[in-house]
Amino acid sequence: MNLTRRNAMALGAAAAATIVALPAGAATFEEAVMSVTGGKEAAEGGDLVLTAPEIAENGNTVPVAIDAPGAVAVTFLAIGNPNPAVATFKFGPLAGSREASTRIRLATTQDVVAVAEMEDGSFQTAKQTVKVTIGGCGG
Amino acid sequence: MAKGVKPRVKVPKSASAGDSITIKTLISHKMESGQRKDSDGKIIPRSIINRFTCDFNGENVIDVTIEPAVSTNPYFQFDAKVPEAGEFKFTWYDDDGSVYEDTKAITVE
Repeated sequence: MNLTRRNAMALGAAAAATIVALPAGAATFEEAVMSVTGGKEAAEGGDLVLTAPEIAENGNTVPVAIDAPGAVAVTFLAIGNPNPAVATFKFGPLAGSREASTRIRLATTQDVVAVAEMEDGSFQTAKQTVKVTIGGCGG
Repeated sequence: MAKGVKPRVKVPKSASAGDSITIKTLISHKMESGQRKDSDGKIIPRSIINRFTCDFNGENVIDVTIEPAVSTNPYFQFDAKVPEAGEFKFTWYDDDGSVYEDTKAITVE
């Protein structure tokens, strides 16, 4: 292939697009959600409320909270982490509500996703972008 | 057993029967993710708490599966129903097989 200026530009653009879409080792949003739902479609929104800060100065400890009325289990995913799974909360018979909160690590600026499994077996997702100033996964 | 592991739990001393109460738990643990490298460039092996459960009089309140992305000193907050007086039992499961436990009694007014 003759490396003309036009070709070179196209290559560069394609490479840049790949890097933006797929940070090293990270799964896509759909893949990560599917791994939780077992291939089932997940509806966005619903009653699911995911609370996370817009900007987290320190990615080592980012507070996240979930309120998922009618859910039996909620899984947190951090799509931009080396391993997107974060934690799964299963609510037992004595759970007083469907709320829970914890603190998580985020490697970089990314979307935090909550996937809730509802009582009827369907799935809902909620997403929030968190800006991270200092990454929290070592390296 | 990982060193210096100390569970801390905050539960109200009493509640009305059938009430829902908020529980906060924290356990000091370094939660080594298995992603970090030491000064020689070798990967520090993963060592985390991988599961946390809370039960009340033998019935489950919450069961959490934990991955390395949960922060150092894992903190959890959740709500529990209190149908009668009894005891909350909190259990943390370490990667190395250790199990850390704490209990808190609650009375019903």
